[in-house]
Amino acid sequence: MAKIIVVTSGKGGVGKTTSSAAIGTGLALKGHKTVIVDFDIGLRNLDLIMGCERRVVYDFVNVINNEANLKQALIRDKRLDNLYILPASQTRDKDALYKEGVERVLNELSDEFDFIICDSPAGIESGAMMALYFADEAIVVTNPEVSSVRDSDRILGMLSSKSRRAEQGLPGIKEHLLLTRYNPERVIKGEMLSVEDVNDILAIKLLGVIPESQAVLNASNSGQPVILDTESDAGQAYLDTVARLIGEDVPFRFLNVEKKGLFKRIFGG
Amino acid sequence: MSLLDYFRSTKKNTASTAKERLQIIVAHERRRRSSPDYLPQLERDILEVIRKYVDIADDQVSVSLEKSSDELSVLELNVTFPEEKR
Repeated sequence: MAKIIVVTSGKGGVGKTTSSAAIGTGLALKGHKTVIVDFDIGLRNLDLIMGCERRVVYDFVNVINNEANLKQALIRDKRLDNLYILPASQTRDKDALYKEGVERVLNELSDEFDFIICDSPAGIESGAMMALYFADEAIVVTNPEVSSVRDSDRILGMLSSKSRRAEQGLPGIKEHLLLTRYNPERVIKGEMLSVEDVNDILAIKLLGVIPESQAVLNASNSGQPVILDTESDAGQAYLDTVARLIGEDVPFRFLNVEKKGLFKRIFGG
Repeated sequence: MSLLDYFRSTKKNTASTAKERLQIIVAHERRRRSSPDYLPQLERDILEVIRKYVDIADDQVSVSLEKSSDELSVLELNVTFPEEKR
């Protein structure tokens, strides 16, 4: 039985796909057989971030419609042999995903894998609802910025009312907060919401804090999940995040400004 | 507390403004999420009834349903009347 984890946010552009790719890759690095499923039908992008865009033959919707089987559609990662990607379709049909079809594919994946990472599209329409419906756990990706925090709260509401677990009266989805694009310098200046601020408002367990980092764009440019850039701050922060996700106790890093300038050394802080 | 913190606390920064605004809107939206679907229509109907007698603005009526226990919910109706002209 696989654990199904949805990576969601409500708001677009906060780092869902970057995080899905990094966390999925991280779980595989830890020895867990993992598949990342792209639920963003019509706007496929996980393949680019994972660097397998030219190897897509069949997709998620083909499997749902029985035009291909899972073996044909799954793309095995070139770097890690226990990591797979199920790409989204480029169809413009909004109703290409439906509960019974998604459930069948997830059940089939569940026999094979330890973790299924569902990369949700932005918004609260059917694609996003399908991505979260069957989840056991949710990683809510949030930027320290008003619209992102508000949309995350909205998604938390959906997780607790519109999921399979909610509808069937099962124990609720386990919710994790992943704060991305965090800039400690601006937090210190009072220009950005702090980890504590966001935590106070959303009140869910903090899974990780990913610093704003040039490594993220470099990684997506080259189709390498940023977690493989183990030299970078963002890569290390994702490694910590994955360790916490599987129950390890890892202290938080990159919450403070690394180098102390002359001004700060004089005035403290 | 450092000297820098002292100066910082005298000027209100944008992050704390953001936090205050978020706390208010998120609390408001959570309340609405947990209330029944008919509540907005009920609020509009009540507004119409009161308007037959008193001229009030849209935001002068607020209706909320608070669940105080398993068996009891309280419908709270708040109407702000305009100041009487003398």
